[in-house]
Amino acid sequence: MYRKNVLTSLAAAATLSLLLSACANQAGPTTNDTSGATNKVNIPAVSKIDVPSGAVLPKGDGKATCPATTTLAYAGAQTGPNAQLGINIFNGIQLAINQHNAANPGCQVVFKKFDTEGDPNKATGPVTQVVSEPDTIGVIGLPFSGESKATGNIFEQKGLVHITPSATNPGLTGNGWTTFFRGLGNDAVQGPAAAKFLTGKLGAKKVYLVQDDSDYGIGLGTSTTAALGGALAGSDKVTTGQKDFSAVISKIMNSKADAVFYSGYYAEAAPFDQQLSGKGFTGTFVAPDGVKDDQFIKQAGDASSNAYFTCPCIPGELIPDFASAYKEVSKGVEPGTYSIEGYDAATVLLSGIDAGKQTRADLLSWVKTYDKDGLSKHYKWDAKGELQAPTVYGYKVENAKIVPIGPVGE
Amino acid sequence: MLPLLVPLPPMENDWISFDVPSLMQNFWSATFDGLTFGAIYALVALGYTLVYGVLNLINFAHSEVFIVGCYAVVFTLTSLGFGPSVPRLGLTAIILNLVLALVLAMAASAATAFLLERVAYKPLRKRNAPRLVFLITAIGASFTIQYIIYLVRGPSPEVAITMFRPLAIFDVFGTIIDSQQVVIVIAAIIMMVATERFISKSRTGRGIRAVAQDPDTATLMGVNKERIIITTFVIGGVLAGAAALFYVMKIPSGVQYSGGFVLGIKAFAAAVLGGIGNVRGALLGGLLLGLIGNYGQILLGNSQWTDVVAFVVLVLVLLLRPQGILGTSLGRSKA
Repeated sequence: MYRKNVLTSLAAAATLSLLLSACANQAGPTTNDTSGATNKVNIPAVSKIDVPSGAVLPKGDGKATCPATTTLAYAGAQTGPNAQLGINIFNGIQLAINQHNAANPGCQVVFKKFDTEGDPNKATGPVTQVVSEPDTIGVIGLPFSGESKATGNIFEQKGLVHITPSATNPGLTGNGWTTFFRGLGNDAVQGPAAAKFLTGKLGAKKVYLVQDDSDYGIGLGTSTTAALGGALAGSDKVTTGQKDFSAVISKIMNSKADAVFYSGYYAEAAPFDQQLSGKGFTGTFVAPDGVKDDQFIKQAGDASSNAYFTCPCIPGELIPDFASAYKEVSKGVEPGTYSIEGYDAATVLLSGIDAGKQTRADLLSWVKTYDKDGLSKHYKWDAKGELQAPTVYGYKVENAKIVPIGPVGE
Repeated sequence: MLPLLVPLPPMENDWISFDVPSLMQNFWSATFDGLTFGAIYALVALGYTLVYGVLNLINFAHSEVFIVGCYAVVFTLTSLGFGPSVPRLGLTAIILNLVLALVLAMAASAATAFLLERVAYKPLRKRNAPRLVFLITAIGASFTIQYIIYLVRGPSPEVAITMFRPLAIFDVFGTIIDSQQVVIVIAAIIMMVATERFISKSRTGRGIRAVAQDPDTATLMGVNKERIIITTFVIGGVLAGAAALFYVMKIPSGVQYSGGFVLGIKAFAAAVLGGIGNVRGALLGGLLLGLIGNYGQILLGNSQWTDVVAFVVLVLVLLLRPQGILGTSLGRSKA
């Protein structure tokens, strides 16, 4: 008899709770509509970009010769929570290698991939493997700042040149490594550009800054904080792998911020933005390149419609030839963040191989003195391995797709 | 005045500092969120407490019983068309869907708990294994279930599920309490009261208490010990399944193969804090742990501190009161 009672009360509890939730759902959209952001700026999407006319392409002149063992490698995430960025990159590289090998029957470059899961703690193993393979003379990677920091010395010791298509922590080039080259602008450029974008084009008065605990998140958070100055309404830190953000979000709501800048990766940014919108935040959500990925929209759902991104990456999808060729490699997927940077970085190394630089030392000095246009931008590095004059692009979410809105922070 | 309001840049490597103004400002929202988490911890904590009361076993695999329930919630709701976006469904449809998810989660967790008992613990009991062996088995079972899930679902978290848009219900001191928080806290408390009544009033409940007090005498008095043990595991599983629904409601993207681990540890801590083996203790411990963690992280100005603060308080309380706040009393029928 008592058991019956228990079941009844359990059922009552369940029904009550679900009734309440259903009511909540009913009234939801109305509240949202009335409190919706009325003063939100709408920045139109751009549909084309300029490509340098004399850009170096992987196919070269078609007369290159090289030993059959010549190998280029990708080291970076293929699996793991932020794997999509890595996949975008190695598809770009794969495309460059395919085009090169198709045009150059006398030089068939081998392409190998090594998975780091994007994790600094796991990256040293695969990287040690890469550098100990004598046929590998150049590497594209590593994509993330933390793993790049953890492995830069290993490349340095073996004199193996590597171009990162996406790691943006400014400190990476301050380690005295001679083999490290960065194929895009760093966060000392992106942070101030993001701050300018927030307070300028987006018209934010009070910005709340949230950063994760990665090297990337901390570095970018610092440079953005400095550039925001008095527009910073508050800041907080979150942890990689964190799932619940209610405490940070109540602080944001209480600070009456009209924009949030999230300095980190999409694995946390997606649930963060989703919970933020769920709590009724109607301002703008701005995040950097580590968040700019379709996975963010997939994981955050409708909440992602408040999002803008900054990225030192070029919208490769707006270059028709590149986009259509890329889709053949990626089985129909549009170029993603850093696909074209991966392609360009591979092209730099491939053009070196074609020019007869077929040892590690030769290829390293080739990259050091490189001074040519790529599809996305001009490539010329300073002594530390930083690019000269990189641009930062703005993007936004429109109809559940990420679309470019032109350069920001200028 | 203005420069004082500008927070320190986040890179500042200052050691622990107390942000009292921020705690004052966020006090009520931290309280309500803390209670919501506390209610979820408490539901899971009951599973630890009941099993401990009956078998003197810390069932470390209970966190996996819970996470299996979470997966059941996610699979059910995903196949019903729920996703990260707010569902566009009518009132009745949502109620039915969530009831279905709740029932399936309870069933999945209860089945996991049942299997766990049969496969991992019963053979040991038959052989009269020492208690330490049970403990090691529990840890082993926990990892086994975790990595079975890993093999099937991989390392990435499941897609987030939004069950409904939280609606502001009350406004307390300028802080909004939303439907989600109310639902979770009220439903969890009703379930716990129901459990307590069941244990203190029903025939099976009396059996549970009898076995907890003295298994041998209970058997002599005609209590079917094996049946009582299985029932205890299943009740714990059912409550964990309910907790799973609320957890996914609160943290839509938290379902991952390892997602039960920290929550399990915290629920266990809640049980210990309140007095392990004590049903009311689980409720008190859960709510306290939720509140302390939330206050702590705001006071220390950083989300990374929740767990640290919660466990420091746990250690301090146990130093002063090793038996937990309410003491251990499942067998002594205080429950």
